Amino acid sequence: MSLETLLLYFFAAAALAGGVLMLIARHPMRVALALISSMLSLAGIYALLGVHVIAVFQVLIYVGAVMVFMVYVIMLLDVRDPSFLERYGRAMVPSVAIAAVLAVALSAAVSRGKMITAAELAPRHADRAAATFEVQPFSVEFIERYWLHFELTSVLLLAAVVAAIAVIKAGRRHDG
Amino acid sequence: MDRTQLLLTLSIALFCLGLVGVMIRRNALVMLMCMELMLNGVILSLVTFAERTATLSGAVLVFLVFVVAAAEIAIAIPIVLLLSRQRHTLDVGAYSELKG
Repeated sequence: MSLETLLLYFFAAAALAGGVLMLIARHPMRVALALISSMLSLAGIYALLGVHVIAVFQVLIYVGAVMVFMVYVIMLLDVRDPSFLERYGRAMVPSVAIAAVLAVALSAAVSRGKMITAAELAPRHADRAAATFEVQPFSVEFIERYWLHFELTSVLLLAAVVAAIAVIKAGRRHDG
Repeated sequence: MDRTQLLLTLSIALFCLGLVGVMIRRNALVMLMCMELMLNGVILSLVTFAERTATLSGAVLVFLVFVVAAAEIAIAIPIVLLLSRQRHTLDVGAYSELKG
């Protein structure tokens, strides 16, 4: 077994362990830390696959922006609120059963499916150059073909900022 | 096990763990984080297929999904803040009159 396969199994196990810890941990801060470790393991998997751009984005955007924001809010809110002491709601058994059925069905489909090998796949994409996921080809493709989408995401982010301010403002008016 | 199958199985496992978390946990912030876990599982399958078929547009799509997830969190957190300001708790059981 090569080192890469070994690392792949290690990161997969770490991501799974983070997911399981999220269900078990009591305090939201521990849940956030478990989620962060899970996301970092996923970034390791992306780096192993050679998709370096996405690994960097995973660390920068998810861990660096989203989860830091989440940790900040947990620290802001959770001072006197004891609600996290009771972990689970009432619908525990049916929801676990639903998720288990879904997991079994999906993994049966995955294990039954026939994998297309890369050699079979190659003729279908013969018209375009073999794409690699390094930074330079990604950036060229991104700016040359998807610049409009990139600009549209900035509009989306602006809308999100305006909506967040509007939500907070509406709450303030409701209070006072 | 084939590498693609391993990654797809991991993606399914993460999605289902997140689904269980959303359904059984009571804390609103924890539910949000479990939704993030579900999204991460789906993104893992998207990256797996994009890498397997060597499509750069898949990577671009993943980047756009990241941006949308950041926007989603930016909206969801103020809503949770407002909820906790009204009832002083994050327990979703306290907001049961919101249904139907």
